[in-house]
Amino acid sequence: MANISTLNTTAAGLDAVSGRLGSGPSGARPRKVLSQRNIILYGLLIVAALYYLLPLYVMIVTSMKGMPEIRLGNIFSPPMEITFEPWAKAWASACTGLNCDGLSRGFWNSVRILVPSVVVSIAVASVSGYALANWRFKGSDVFFSILIVGAFIPYQVMIYPIVILLRELGIYGTLTGLIIVHTIFGMPILTLLFRNYFTSLPEELFKAARIDGAGFWQIFLRIMLPMSLPIFVVAMILQVTGIWNDFLFGVVFTRPDSYPMTVQLNNIVNSVQGVKEYNVNMAATLLTGAVPLIVYFVSGRLFVRGIAAGAVKG
Amino acid sequence: MANSVSIRDLSLSFGAVTVLKDLNLDIHDGEFLVLLGSSGCGKSTLLNCIAGLLEPTEGQIYIKDRNVTWEEPKDRGIGMVFQSYALYPQMTVEKNLSFGLQVAKMPKPDIDKRVARASEILQIGPLLKRKPAELSGGQRQRVAIGRALVRDVDVFLFDEPLSNLDAKLRSELRVEIKRLHQQLKNTMIYVTHDQIEALTLADRIAIMKSGVIQQLDDPIVIYNRPKNLFVAGFIGSPSMNFLRGEISEVDGRPVFTTHGVNFSLAGYQASEPLSAGRKVVLGARPEHIAIDSDVMGGEAHEAVVDIEEPMGADNLLWLKHAGHLMSVRIGGARRYAPGSRVRMAFDMSMASLFDAETEDRI
Repeated sequence: MANISTLNTTAAGLDAVSGRLGSGPSGARPRKVLSQRNIILYGLLIVAALYYLLPLYVMIVTSMKGMPEIRLGNIFSPPMEITFEPWAKAWASACTGLNCDGLSRGFWNSVRILVPSVVVSIAVASVSGYALANWRFKGSDVFFSILIVGAFIPYQVMIYPIVILLRELGIYGTLTGLIIVHTIFGMPILTLLFRNYFTSLPEELFKAARIDGAGFWQIFLRIMLPMSLPIFVVAMILQVTGIWNDFLFGVVFTRPDSYPMTVQLNNIVNSVQGVKEYNVNMAATLLTGAVPLIVYFVSGRLFVRGIAAGAVKG
Repeated sequence: MANSVSIRDLSLSFGAVTVLKDLNLDIHDGEFLVLLGSSGCGKSTLLNCIAGLLEPTEGQIYIKDRNVTWEEPKDRGIGMVFQSYALYPQMTVEKNLSFGLQVAKMPKPDIDKRVARASEILQIGPLLKRKPAELSGGQRQRVAIGRALVRDVDVFLFDEPLSNLDAKLRSELRVEIKRLHQQLKNTMIYVTHDQIEALTLADRIAIMKSGVIQQLDDPIVIYNRPKNLFVAGFIGSPSMNFLRGEISEVDGRPVFTTHGVNFSLAGYQASEPLSAGRKVVLGARPEHIAIDSDVMGGEAHEAVVDIEEPMGADNLLWLKHAGHLMSVRIGGARRYAPGSRVRMAFDMSMASLFDAETEDRI
């Protein structure tokens, strides 16, 4: 009996509560979709997106038109007759200076420059960043400061001394020389990146590994590396885009037969004799820009995560 | 008794900052020693020195009568448990436990035996295939203890191992650590800022302040006979009542005088003569002040209840008397309304007197 009466009072209590709700505001506050704030926010976003997408649209559209259609002058109109001729020409038969085999030669040159440069620079920078973060040695702070200062010296200042240096070493004009140059110039920013990331990892983890008896390389390879995928992706993206897009070092430190893609692109677009083939130029530019674009699309999410995970934390 | 860890004249400074100063400490075989102090007192630094993770500026460290001052951490025969657990996130529990043994190139069957034993002691067998991210805080800390356990070391070092856990888990794991110590009988050095952990776990407590050990003693001795004002104030919650005053003489006997009121010092065991006129601080713990029916004859003073804080088992009264506010701990069933008048007296045999200048116990 006691139980039933308790139940009854509980039920009565519940009723009283639901009946007590007044007519005023209750629960979550409703939000207007077309508020002033939303209009400004999304308006600005749309304008900014158009600003960046419009040139891309023009390039893609132009690259698929024939020359007669381009001469009509409507750069925004979609192609009446879609053709991939300009793309084929840009890749395989456009003339760049002396030879007429398109961008394909430059593409493979760029790949041969890119892969070793990225791998070597990231390998060296990750180890030195790890050493600077976890194995403090006398003068490590000074060393680090010098490295950072290195990031602010304009490249142009160092070009001539490096040319002499490479000539004396006998590797001027070779791919090896260019790879060394890329590795050295990637060092300051990459080391900073890795050092800051490794500093942000809990110090106790490193201590625990030392008590477990692991040495310099064991801690790096078995504890630190598996935890650092995001930062390696960030470093890879930085290096791939930087090295792929590089023009200055490419033109200074290589010979015509090993020019990277960017230099060849310049030679196609800036050729002075003959008709300007806008469609071929557009296709060639899109082809050259494709590699960094693909890298961004594939690893964009990891990139953001890596940046958030302490890459920018000083 | 043989010493398991000996620290001799240890000093450590980072540039101009001295963290540890001429520190001497002998830890017996199988002893549970707690280093207690507020943050920045050097207790964790001392532990890191013993572990070999920090290099001392001066002095020596002996473990099992072997000078290990220049040894690598792995060669010192120590295992360490960290506050943040410091489990390798990409490895399973089993890999976490066996990593150190793999590094030492121990044969696989031996590793399995050690891991099996540790996981049995700590009851983490079902967790062996999981990653640390899939474990709760208490389970992670148990794995971290296991990582020290598999290395079969002489000395366990704990660096605030329970600070990251919630209150309930903390008290559970505290009991487990104590049970582990009773079972293994290893030497354990335990750093904490939590006095309850220190009092409940320790065979001896070393209370530290700015790199110097203030008192090294039994928990009970530290609680009841603190060596100086700092130790007295640090240990105990709610903390000890301190009354500033001086010694004066009434009928040829020393009494404690504050704001014109005299308290008899009969029953206090002084280590120095109590000469009249000396400025002193009287310390009395809340449970060592008697009120009303607890007053055992002798003199009693009248006080007014200011605030009452019922805490379930106990009831804490704040009394106003002669310009002082004092806390008194009484049974939870005895209630007093604010403003009521009570008779109170100090239990002088349990009180402490400190010199007002040197702050040392008299």
